[in-house]
Amino acid sequence: MSPDRPAVGDLFRRFRERLAVEGPARPGEHGGHAPKAGRNGRRRGGGGEQLNVPPVEFTSYYGRPILKAPVWKWDIAAYLFSGGLAAGSSLLAAGGQLTGRPALRRAGRVTSLAAVSASTFFLIHDLGKPARFHHMLRVAKLTSPMSMGTWILSAFGPAAGVAAVAETAPRLPEHGLLGLGRKLLPPAGNAAGLLAAVTAPALATYTGVLLADTAVPSWHEAYPELPVIFAGSALASGAGVGLLAAPTGEAGPARRLAVAGAALELWGSHRVENRLGLLSEPYATGTAGKLLRAGRALTAAGVAGALAGRRSRMLSALSGGALLAASVCTRFGIFHGGVASARDPKYTVVPQRERAQRRAGQQPHVNGPGAGPNGG
Amino acid sequence: MPDANSLYGPLDPAPDAGWVEAGPRMGFFTDTSVCIGCKACEVACKEWNGVPDSGFDLLGMSYDNTGALTANSWRHVAFIEQPRPAGHRTPPFADNPTGPPVSAESAASAAGTVTDTGTVPGVPPGSPEAAARMAAGPEFLGMPGAQPPGRATGAETRSDFRWLMMSDVCKHCTHAACLDVCPTGSLFRTEFGTVVVQEDICNGCGYCISACPYGVIDQRKGDGRAWKCTLCYDRLGAGKTPACAQACPTESIQFGPLDELRERAAERVATLHDRGVPEARLYGHDPTDGVGGDGAFFLLLDEPEVYGLPPDPVVTTRDLPKMWKRAGVAALAMAAAAVAAFVGGSS
Repeated sequence: MSPDRPAVGDLFRRFRERLAVEGPARPGEHGGHAPKAGRNGRRRGGGGEQLNVPPVEFTSYYGRPILKAPVWKWDIAAYLFSGGLAAGSSLLAAGGQLTGRPALRRAGRVTSLAAVSASTFFLIHDLGKPARFHHMLRVAKLTSPMSMGTWILSAFGPAAGVAAVAETAPRLPEHGLLGLGRKLLPPAGNAAGLLAAVTAPALATYTGVLLADTAVPSWHEAYPELPVIFAGSALASGAGVGLLAAPTGEAGPARRLAVAGAALELWGSHRVENRLGLLSEPYATGTAGKLLRAGRALTAAGVAGALAGRRSRMLSALSGGALLAASVCTRFGIFHGGVASARDPKYTVVPQRERAQRRAGQQPHVNGPGAGPNGG
Repeated sequence: MPDANSLYGPLDPAPDAGWVEAGPRMGFFTDTSVCIGCKACEVACKEWNGVPDSGFDLLGMSYDNTGALTANSWRHVAFIEQPRPAGHRTPPFADNPTGPPVSAESAASAAGTVTDTGTVPGVPPGSPEAAARMAAGPEFLGMPGAQPPGRATGAETRSDFRWLMMSDVCKHCTHAACLDVCPTGSLFRTEFGTVVVQEDICNGCGYCISACPYGVIDQRKGDGRAWKCTLCYDRLGAGKTPACAQACPTESIQFGPLDELRERAAERVATLHDRGVPEARLYGHDPTDGVGGDGAFFLLLDEPEVYGLPPDPVVTTRDLPKMWKRAGVAALAMAAAAVAAFVGGSS
């Protein structure tokens, strides 16, 4: 209990006074949402999204959320991006390595190490007890996507690290102990780069299961699409690195990777924004809606630029940047959409009621409980 | 070899978790029809388990100033006021003048209150309309009064009402999503079939919090770890009754072997139906429901969502095999796209 807390009852009194001042306009203004929960809500006649569906009636205990919203902070959304970037760029690096495109290989390996290091930081920083991060390594559980992810990251991280360090070989002296490194690093780096590339698709797609394997309504119901979106987003961001770093002569694979990644990402996000009925709403409105729309626009611009800029280094680099930004927007958009769906009890109660009533063989009929004077 | 129902369907969880000499599965039956809202369970739980305070502010949610189950409240007594005759449908004010009820307005105004429970996400504000429907049915009836019911307008505005009181707790699900997703093995299944967090293992990753379909488990601020009801694992080990059930003065909270409790609950519902309480129903008792049945189940007098319970929870791990398959397909597509990008094309 903090010493500077307000007196008992103060918060409620202030709230009641504010209601009295705001007057009876409140229910209409807020369209069914709490004064502080405007982030969840559509406001009738006051900006935001206008949806052509009648407001859904549902009941919950003092209107409060039934689920506990994810306690994951922005770190986890950032990790979704950086983990995907690490995976995408290590695939790019492996491709460059195998097809003799040194610029792609170098950029991919260095980005991969930087991104996987950032990922590790984000993941540990988000823990409630960061000093206990190594407790993740106590068990390996197929039922816990986070546990599987820990092990995938444990395989990928060192491999990406060795591959990136191997890029320093040409800078080492020719003789002595470091000279030995100069000879041994390139083959070690090649082996590690391939190992990282083999692990990369798992690293990029398990995060879809990580989000879907929760009670968060809009994440769980999107489980068929989330791994696809994240795979696409990872490929597009890896392609972005290639377009930024490689000369136009080497960037061909990056352009094709951008097209493939964008296709997967756009298909997946189109599906989650339309297939899920009420549970698509959190992805179309509020912060998540803005982010996903921005992501879509940036992806389209990035792909167009990548295809048009075959001979322009400048245009290629710009489109690479757009693809990276698109990946950031998509990841944060999916993250915020899920959090919004957990914060509003509507998304918990209404689909579950409908499901229960379908099972009972009745017409879907969402209403208050039989509690009122006319009910029961 | 894990049971075919390891992820979904009826199951005895303790043997499935590897206990060889597990006794009968223990649990709670909370009969809300005899709850008097004394909160002895909340206090006893805090006392025995050393749970920190969860804020001392008034929430205006009838007599509920706890708000929700959090890391700092492992029992939570819900209070719902509804303009409807209580119990046997004998209106207590039968010959008195009545007027419009105010329950809906007070509930709507209480939807926006918040208090610092010392936990994340704790007790966030809600929707006034949903709160009004909880207290009054489908209509939102207008603005909250500044005075207690009947005081400003006199006796003629009084109306019949009933109080619903319910002591909520962790459900100790047969298929516990919190346990399944825990990446450290901190959450485990006890020999009593209950689900417990090991506080010396938990590293505060927060996955269990997103996974719980009931919104039970929560993160303590500062401490960073996740906390919830242990069904007094220490007391059970010593052959004692959990603190809340021990303290309950009306036997609203009953503790015992789950099979026995289910039988007792079925009898109680039948009795209530006979006595003219047709709205009595059980919640979480059914081993074929979405979580394989709850270790702590309830007798309710209204729809579950009125009490803040999900109407049809399904454990998220039911779909986990399909999720991994989708991820596998996506991973293959990704690898194929990478190969094609480098092999195909001319530049």
